[in-house]
Amino acid sequence: MRRLVLVVFALLCAGAAAQAPRGAPLVERSWLPLARDGVHDPRSPAIGLLQEPGSALSALPADTAGNQVRWVEALRNGSINPRTSLRPEAQVRLLDSDIYMDRYGSVPVVRFPHREHTLWLDCGNCHERLFKSQTGANNISMLRILQGEQCGQCHGAVAFPLTECSRCHNTPRATLNRAPAARQGANVP
Amino acid sequence: MTGRALAGAALLVLAALTPSAACAEYGDVLLNRYSDQGGVRPVVFPHWFHRIRFRCKVCHDQLGFEMRAGANDVRMSDIIEGRFCGMCHNNDIAWGAERCDLCHSGRPGLKSGVYGGHQTTGPGRW
Repeated sequence: MRRLVLVVFALLCAGAAAQAPRGAPLVERSWLPLARDGVHDPRSPAIGLLQEPGSALSALPADTAGNQVRWVEALRNGSINPRTSLRPEAQVRLLDSDIYMDRYGSVPVVRFPHREHTLWLDCGNCHERLFKSQTGANNISMLRILQGEQCGQCHGAVAFPLTECSRCHNTPRATLNRAPAARQGANVP
Repeated sequence: MTGRALAGAALLVLAALTPSAACAEYGDVLLNRYSDQGGVRPVVFPHWFHRIRFRCKVCHDQLGFEMRAGANDVRMSDIIEGRFCGMCHNNDIAWGAERCDLCHSGRPGLKSGVYGGHQTTGPGRW
């Protein structure tokens, strides 16, 4: 069952990749106006008052999927600087460490960067409910992710979608000969 | 077994990747647990708008929003008393609860859930 899901998913990914080759110039982005997006009521008095997606997102680094915005890049280049807390006393935690996930032999290894995730999220959003903190202790599977569990709780809903295989499966096995499972970095306050 | 499993797998993947009729912005959440029965439009929560201004951790760690649409039972009384959305929507950081129409701007009758489908339509379960 699991293998079949992965085969079908891989075929679909290959199709998506063929349509949008990496490194190709991005097509011009466009966003539906709120009045035509299917979820807003076109007769709502909010139309015309609420900010339109295109007016905000067109200024941010371009992507081909999701909001068509590279959100982490937008943080990095300073085009947005969202608040990290409402209360000054709130503890804001950032962890700089990568986890390499190499469970199956057929696709490139997943590099999970804690840093990019903790720029947005707190440790407690994932640990310990979604993922145990011990490397290798989580039985991560694409089947569960496609069903909205594990990574799929955000990826496919608000973070870049599950069509973007190579953004997570980004590390060729040959480059990882003797790499440790986790490259620990410093805890940055 | 194999045929049924293959069909199930194909359906699962296609359901996850097929765009729906509603082409909301990616990550838009529609909240309609109480709105229709209360005679107001459902709420559209746009993740894109909020994440420009606040990191995920502000709402999902500090304000107590569960990261699963449908898992948060938010009443207007909560918001007026300063919980959930009311932490910001208080006429200080953002508009207050008396500006009903600005949040309650969704199409009546839509089901709650994650909408917004540039390539995928949200998780299989929410």
